[in-house]
Amino acid sequence: MTAMTVPADPKEDTSLRSVPWQRMGWVTWRQHRASLAGVAVFLGALAVALWLAGRQLHSAHTAAIAACHPASSLACPGMVIAFDGTNGFLANGFILQAVPVLIGAFAGAPVLARELETGTFRYAWTQGFGRWRWTLAKLVPLGVVLAAAAGAFSLLLNWYYQPYFDAGNQAVSLTELTPFSPGLFDLRGIGFAAWTLAAFAIGALAGMLIRRVVPAIVATLAAYVALAFAAGGWLRPAYMTPAVTSNLNVPGSAWILSQWWTKGGKFAFAGWPSQSLLNRFCPTGPPGPVGPGGKPKAVSLAGCLTPHGYTQWTSYQPASRFWSFQWIEGGWLLALSALLIAATVWLVRRRAA
Amino acid sequence: MSMNVIEADGLGKRYGGTWALRDCSLAVPAGHVAALVGPNGAGKTTLLNLAAGLAAPSAGGVTVLDGRPAGSVAALDGIAFVAQDTPLYKNLPARDMLHLTRNLNRRFDQQYAEIRLGELGIPLKRKAGKLSGGQQAQLALTLALARRPRLLVPDEPVAMLDPVARHDFMASVLTAMAADGVSVVLSSHVLAELERVADYLILLSRGRVQLAGEVDDLLASHRMLTGPAAEADQYAERLSVVHARRGQAQAHLLVRTTSDDPAPPGWEAHPVGLEELALAYLREPGAAALPGPARGRNNQQTEVTK
Repeated sequence: MTAMTVPADPKEDTSLRSVPWQRMGWVTWRQHRASLAGVAVFLGALAVALWLAGRQLHSAHTAAIAACHPASSLACPGMVIAFDGTNGFLANGFILQAVPVLIGAFAGAPVLARELETGTFRYAWTQGFGRWRWTLAKLVPLGVVLAAAAGAFSLLLNWYYQPYFDAGNQAVSLTELTPFSPGLFDLRGIGFAAWTLAAFAIGALAGMLIRRVVPAIVATLAAYVALAFAAGGWLRPAYMTPAVTSNLNVPGSAWILSQWWTKGGKFAFAGWPSQSLLNRFCPTGPPGPVGPGGKPKAVSLAGCLTPHGYTQWTSYQPASRFWSFQWIEGGWLLALSALLIAATVWLVRRRAA
Repeated sequence: MSMNVIEADGLGKRYGGTWALRDCSLAVPAGHVAALVGPNGAGKTTLLNLAAGLAAPSAGGVTVLDGRPAGSVAALDGIAFVAQDTPLYKNLPARDMLHLTRNLNRRFDQQYAEIRLGELGIPLKRKAGKLSGGQQAQLALTLALARRPRLLVPDEPVAMLDPVARHDFMASVLTAMAADGVSVVLSSHVLAELERVADYLILLSRGRVQLAGEVDDLLASHRMLTGPAAEADQYAERLSVVHARRGQAQAHLLVRTTSDDPAPPGWEAHPVGLEELALAYLREPGAAALPGPARGRNNQQTEVTK
């Protein structure tokens, strides 16, 4: 080589090492601090609102429990109605289901989509750091930070929903929810953080595939909703083999999956009896189809049918399995997130510009 | 032996069913400002993207800086690629762009970058998006040069610039070349500007290399012959005519020849300029079939050993 062609010290090339990972820390922070601040403001505002609402709910619950000793006291029904009516729109948790996906879509989708949309990837991916390392060094810390923020927020959610899970509720006919309620299960425990991480990973991959910010956000929302419905409807009931009992007093905290009746050891019918059966054995009219909390009033129906040789069976997930279910769901969501992030990094690595 | 800053062997890139670059073999030696010239869509950006590792080849291969695979850590470390339209993070101040680039590379000469931006009158506090087009191009060039690269690859660096900014940018590239000995491979379809800076020419046309070689050699091996139009056909058969322009009385033939060959009687021979030469080849995409440096796969032969 001639001297004029070698500006750099030739020794440098023989010991060529990669740029250290920690150098990406500042880069990621500088480029994403605005979106992290946005998430912080969003969660902070929600936390304040939830804390105020939670204080109302908790005091309404305390008042109802106090007024209903004994349950026959005159003040009790009013207090029960007051408790059920407090922030009723939050009771099923559906609105708050949007939080993880909003965080994930708005923080995750732009990470790659914005670079691809504005063309800055041609700067970022030609620097000495290397593009797949750049991608990994962005996605992993951002995902961890967002999941941690969501985890902290879910502690507040856990506190907020405490009154609905109080074992004393049933005795005074207050709503007692099962911790497996579709809208509530993943607001508490580790589910909330895991779903936030999954939404972020979906967003990152969507951004890489779609290459434009707004469509990537929309696609993330759609994919997340589909996944959440699939998880709640098909996967979650099957995490563990349901318990089966003929005991009529299934606790209110249990997640009832199905009910059926047998007669003389043979299957009779599932769910609700036929009209003719009801006319024969419950001539005074069928009991109300649903009781508080949306559960069939199994006990009163059993009162008609049991004397005629019918047995009611219930398959259910007991509330004691809540944490097992949390770990199972958190586990596969974590694995899925890792897979999606790995797929994103792989796509960046092999992407043909 | 001189090293090659870019070496391509049978390199091809296909987007869908269309070849943006096809069967491209070339070796660009170090120590030059090499100009990659061609009409829009000729494959200039594709070739540079492949060399920078932004795109993966559909066929063949490309290495940089003496055999480092394009896109590898070793390659990225030595090449500073300045993409077309100089993409910068518009919301980041120039200072943060410097900091970002310093963090993303093994080497970064912060002092050089700050002094250079100072000389150019680019405030460190100003956001990249608020800079003029010329200033953005200069900022991108500063970021690239402060990495102390061995090869600088600006893709269409001056296409969007006004004539003054264009002149300043090219002057900056030349200064860097002279001061640090950095090799440069730049693409452009602005021929006039290249005459001043380029000493190596690569002509791309329709996704293939048409001509490649040192400018001095190319100029020395081409002549413009001017003579009676009536005789033009007669010589066109005997000489390697790249491009012929016929008037009423006179014909101008750009021929491949050496200065030692005497002009035919009644004809005058003139030396050609780089722009004239490039235009002649661009007008005759088939002219690559001529013997000499531009013969498809054998371009390596044109490499001049020093």
